Amino acid sequence: MTIHTEPLKSVSDIERTTLMTFLPGRIATMFGGRRWRSLAPLAVLVVLCLLIAIANPNFIELRNLVRLANSAAVPLTLAMGLTFIILMGSIDLSVEGTLSVSAMVVVLLAANDSNGNDYGWWAVLAAIVAGTAMGFVSGLVQTMLRIPSFMATLGMWFIGLGLSVYMLGGSAIRLNDASIRELALARFLGLPLAVWVATGAFLLAAVIQYHTKLGRHILAIGGDEDVAKLSGVNVVRVRVTAFALAGFFFGIAGVLAAAQLGQSHAVIGDGRLFAAVTAVVVGGTALTGGEGGVVNTLIGVLIVTVLANGMILLGISPYIQQTVQGLMIIAAVALSLDRVRLRIVK
Amino acid sequence: MTAMLSASGIIKNFPGVQALRDVSIEVRPNEVVGLIGENGAGKSTLMRVLAGSYRPDGGSLTLDGEQLRMRSPRDAARHGIGMVFQEQSLVLNLTVAENIYLGEEDRFTRFGIVNWRAMNAAARRQLAKIGIDIDVTARTSELTFAARQMVELAKALTLEEVVERQLLILLDEPTSVLNAADIEVLFARVRSLKSRASFVFVSHRLDEVLATSDRVYTMKDGAVVAEHRAADVTAPELHEIMVGRGLQAEYYREARQQAPRGTVMVEAKGLGANGAYHGVDLKIRAGEIVGIAGVVGSGREEVTRTIGGFLQHDAGEMKIAGDAVRFASPEPAVRRGIGYVPRERRLEGLVMFLSIAENISLADLSSVMRHGAIDYGKERRLAADWIKRLRIKAPGPDAACRKLSGGNQQKVVLARWMTAGSRILVLDHPTRGLDVGAKEEVYELVRDLSAQGVAILLISDTLEETIGLSHQVLVMRDGEITARFDASPGNKPNQVELLRAMV
Repeated sequence: MTIHTEPLKSVSDIERTTLMTFLPGRIATMFGGRRWRSLAPLAVLVVLCLLIAIANPNFIELRNLVRLANSAAVPLTLAMGLTFIILMGSIDLSVEGTLSVSAMVVVLLAANDSNGNDYGWWAVLAAIVAGTAMGFVSGLVQTMLRIPSFMATLGMWFIGLGLSVYMLGGSAIRLNDASIRELALARFLGLPLAVWVATGAFLLAAVIQYHTKLGRHILAIGGDEDVAKLSGVNVVRVRVTAFALAGFFFGIAGVLAAAQLGQSHAVIGDGRLFAAVTAVVVGGTALTGGEGGVVNTLIGVLIVTVLANGMILLGISPYIQQTVQGLMIIAAVALSLDRVRLRIVK
Repeated sequence: MTAMLSASGIIKNFPGVQALRDVSIEVRPNEVVGLIGENGAGKSTLMRVLAGSYRPDGGSLTLDGEQLRMRSPRDAARHGIGMVFQEQSLVLNLTVAENIYLGEEDRFTRFGIVNWRAMNAAARRQLAKIGIDIDVTARTSELTFAARQMVELAKALTLEEVVERQLLILLDEPTSVLNAADIEVLFARVRSLKSRASFVFVSHRLDEVLATSDRVYTMKDGAVVAEHRAADVTAPELHEIMVGRGLQAEYYREARQQAPRGTVMVEAKGLGANGAYHGVDLKIRAGEIVGIAGVVGSGREEVTRTIGGFLQHDAGEMKIAGDAVRFASPEPAVRRGIGYVPRERRLEGLVMFLSIAENISLADLSSVMRHGAIDYGKERRLAADWIKRLRIKAPGPDAACRKLSGGNQQKVVLARWMTAGSRILVLDHPTRGLDVGAKEEVYELVRDLSAQGVAILLISDTLEETIGLSHQVLVMRDGEITARFDASPGNKPNQVELLRAMV
């Protein structure tokens, strides 16, 4: 029953196999999808590191690398959650609102200088649950009320922000629980625990994306929602779960941020949304959905953090730094491939 | 032999169109059933009813003697009915194996982790069973269309792993994007799989249907008009039944066809575009209707798109009303008085959520402007006037276009171009998806326009329509014009003559 099948073979078996040999399993498939152009973010990261190291050798000092890792911890955790949403072709603007709620919950429930609570690690758990719940609500609003994720999460952003500022009474409240503060202060193998937590978040996200049904269904919805639905994917459930998952990561990030700052205040989330979106996009995840993933985002976060760190080392004005970040996000989208295929740009 | 699936008295209505009227068919075990008919005859609608995507408004389905009620394609799948869609239904950013088992991952999941190795192995086995050699870890977007079609077939056949009964696989025009060699491969698969499944197979290509099917149903205007054993009938006979229509001349308003007398509005000399077509010469006078016949890939679509400004020519010359032009986009074409009536009204023809009035004034807002602002009263009066003149069935000028039937939508598109003062119209399958009554109204309108001196270029789904409406018919094959026929009333070429030049 083997009739001539030449015309049926996939067009690029050979190219694929070469890549497969040096990149392990699923990750290779991900990069293999768009081959060399999808390796561009990695190349950018390497070149960036080299340039900064040449301009200022202090960059590659161990102390600076640890600082770098530490400042990447919160953005990485946030960007993990956001990656799933952007992979679906949606957006989650509630990053800052959810993070501030989670930071507020952990500070107010653990030992602090405002009330008599001292629930220790239960406070951390509550903060993560609060973040997850925020995401869950975003997902319900989007799917049940059929409100575009852009508006649903824009609303959740301000709901969260307002709630946390109100609860904090408009001032900064110190986090006095020593064991939670350890997340930022204690080190394991030379790195702050926060970095290890962020690494754990990355590994968890990678497992979800590459090894679970949820991850695959998120990718399928981003690729073609109608087809996914036709194939029996429960789109509503996947969407709600993905938003809750994003909220879960934002919740962890809120705890890390509170631990790093030793307090929570109204503006704890400021600038986090921009950094997270930039990292995801610079890493090569397409805003149209279906392309990219958490490995891309890891590289994106590193690019953003290295650039910020490098500019500080080179003594560049913070305002110029912002401008550079703005340019970077536009350049990243301009260089990504699928733009050409877009029929209409909205 | 008893029927495996039988549909009786199926009715399906869409707003303004009865897509299926009292359709009855049956499919027996281990049988390939062909389903033919012109575009708009109701084949795809019937397939979607059988696949559970549409719920019929009347009639009943029985499977192995039991009443069958399906709410979704999932339900259909549970009963062993799978469909290979006309527009391919694979998620392109996933791999072959992931597509085959999309929605079925639970079978490979333990403790929440999907065992991709097992899934890939299962997909490989499935493809091997139908004798296809495709890398299951390849991204679907990297496969050729032919290979994707095979993957779809394999996906439909995976139902046999979960369903206890014999499968029914619906193939909705599986060959429309394939070349001859790939079609042969696909049919060889279908024939060899007959022992394991029954198939319903839709195609326009009659020889294909006859070669592959055991029995053939012919549909026309939403009803089954004939049933044959494939061995007992020939392609020309089927063609006759499929398109045959009494009072043809009357249908196309041939009595109203007048000899064109005006100036040359469109002239092409040696026109060519990027391999799609070359050396095309044509002239369209004011008041003349020129039809182009040709199969998919003949280049006729590209010629019409060039005149509409969607595709640039890179050889030869094109003159509109005597001026040499080269359109970079549709906008300059519109300014030159060219109106394009696309086949996909939903995608290209109308802004569906806008009102009739807003759509009519869209191409030339200046017609409803006063002192630099839109005069809404004027816009509504203009629309109300068109609604009356073209007998558009709508509650009023403010009705949203998406609520109109296909025929009435088409009239709105034409009203828009007439408002914009178009002297040249490109009609790209103007009656696709319309029922008989709506078609007749469009033909009437086309004759009106022609009488008013509008130059018209027509490509159509059926030869009959092309011949019936046109003053002159050009035939294209492989990017070239292969024949020209005069088509004045009483001197119309017949379809066989055209077909000879087409293939």
